[in-house]
Amino acid sequence: MIDFLQIVIYGIVLGSIIALGAIGVSLIFGILRFAHFAHGDLMTLGAYFALAGVAGMSMPMFAAFGLALAATALVAIGIDRALYSRLQQVSPIILLISSVGVALMLRSLVQMIWGPDNQVYEQGITMPWVFAGGLRIQPTQVMIVGGAAGLMLLLHLFLQHTRFGKAMRAMSDNPDLARLSGINTERVVILTWIIAGVLAAAAGIFLGMDTRLHPIMGWKLLLPVFAAAIFGGIGKPYGAVAGALVIGLAQEMSTLVLPAAYKPAVAFALMVIILVWRPTGIFSGKVL
Amino acid sequence: MSLLTAEELYGGYGGGDILNGVSMHVDAGEIVVIVGPNGAGKSTAMKALFGLVNVRSGRVTFRDEDITRLSPDRIVGRGVCYVPQEANVFPSLSVLENLEMGAFIRKDDYSAQIERVFELFPPLKEKRGQAAGTLSGGQRQMVAIGRALMLDPSVLMLDEPTAGLSPKFIDLIFERIQEVNASGVSILMVEQNARHALSLADRGYVLVLGANRHEDTGPNLLADREVAEMFLGG
Repeated sequence: MIDFLQIVIYGIVLGSIIALGAIGVSLIFGILRFAHFAHGDLMTLGAYFALAGVAGMSMPMFAAFGLALAATALVAIGIDRALYSRLQQVSPIILLISSVGVALMLRSLVQMIWGPDNQVYEQGITMPWVFAGGLRIQPTQVMIVGGAAGLMLLLHLFLQHTRFGKAMRAMSDNPDLARLSGINTERVVILTWIIAGVLAAAAGIFLGMDTRLHPIMGWKLLLPVFAAAIFGGIGKPYGAVAGALVIGLAQEMSTLVLPAAYKPAVAFALMVIILVWRPTGIFSGKVL
Repeated sequence: MSLLTAEELYGGYGGGDILNGVSMHVDAGEIVVIVGPNGAGKSTAMKALFGLVNVRSGRVTFRDEDITRLSPDRIVGRGVCYVPQEANVFPSLSVLENLEMGAFIRKDDYSAQIERVFELFPPLKEKRGQAAGTLSGGQRQMVAIGRALMLDPSVLMLDEPTAGLSPKFIDLIFERIQEVNASGVSILMVEQNARHALSLADRGYVLVLGANRHEDTGPNLLADREVAEMFLGG
């Protein structure tokens, strides 16, 4: 029982990290209509930006994280302006392929600057809180889940209650009508990259806190992130959160019966099942 | 005074020309209807007025200013609003949010305008919180027209506003269009229900192959033998 609860906790932590990435992938798909394959490496970049703050400039942890979120959002906008926005008129496949190229560039950049080895934000071991029955929770795990939940709540409030949040949903519904209504679609696109960049950086930082930093950390998370986005119906950020929790829990629970090395295979299998059984995701309604 | 004028428009969507010299104008307070056979370029002509067509030659002016090359979001800002025939609501947004999106460029308090739309279409008030995609076809059309009215436009362009609606809703939508017009909004619409539309129009254009064939008052067009036989089904 305790083992099971322990695994549920791991699953929720992993699910929270996946969710932050999957929301971004889903939003980008909804607004720009292409699968953003550089998202994993954007997460990696965010994680290393934070490392540069913590280890390189010895900033306080939270200041470094905040800076990393902002810097990653700026990089995301820069990539969009330099590449994606110019390819917008051609087919989504070209955009997809160019994003694979961006992924390779970002990863190489990280490797060139910070090297190929594992790194951590803080040396030493933090002691977990031990609860009755031997349940262990790390302070970082609480921070990850709390931080992710806080960011998702902020996004929810933005999407439901602000003028540009509603415009973002409108543009995802019907980009032509959004333009006809006078919505400034350029600005919505930039906002999308800001949100996707911030959430990707947070996912990368949380992943780095949960495990270690490594140049392919984000790339390895890309499969579960896409699985989660597809699970929830791609283009629907709320579905992506639900999908991420399912994928996170399923991956961790699979360790009860399968060797841990098969975790990514579980996400892949779930993605295939969903694509065959319900290609529009587990929730009803129109999907892009 | 002519509010919105198109002079000798040629153009299309890339490929060949669909418009072959079409001209039209909408005066303040008018209801103008465009009719014609399928493929005559009726919708294209209207879209050309709204910056949605590549106009190769010709000129569109609004209040004597050239708007031929302006993008739709700039034209909207000048008070010309357009309701497309299909996909004319944001399905996952609530009725109220759809109206808010229509008012996106307004910086002032537009709650009075929302009330006006609700007065015009009372069912929308009840369903204000419901997703537009879940409404019936007639109610969706109300949302679509309501969204376009949020800027309090001087010209409202409607592309087949009654297409696919039941007879009950067709009458209702036409009635409301007349009401909107009575409040000072000029109307330009393309309609399949040509007889009904012409009967309430101040003027009508009959387009054939992207060019003007006839232009007259609504009643005169209805009385015209050739028009009746060729375009209104005898």
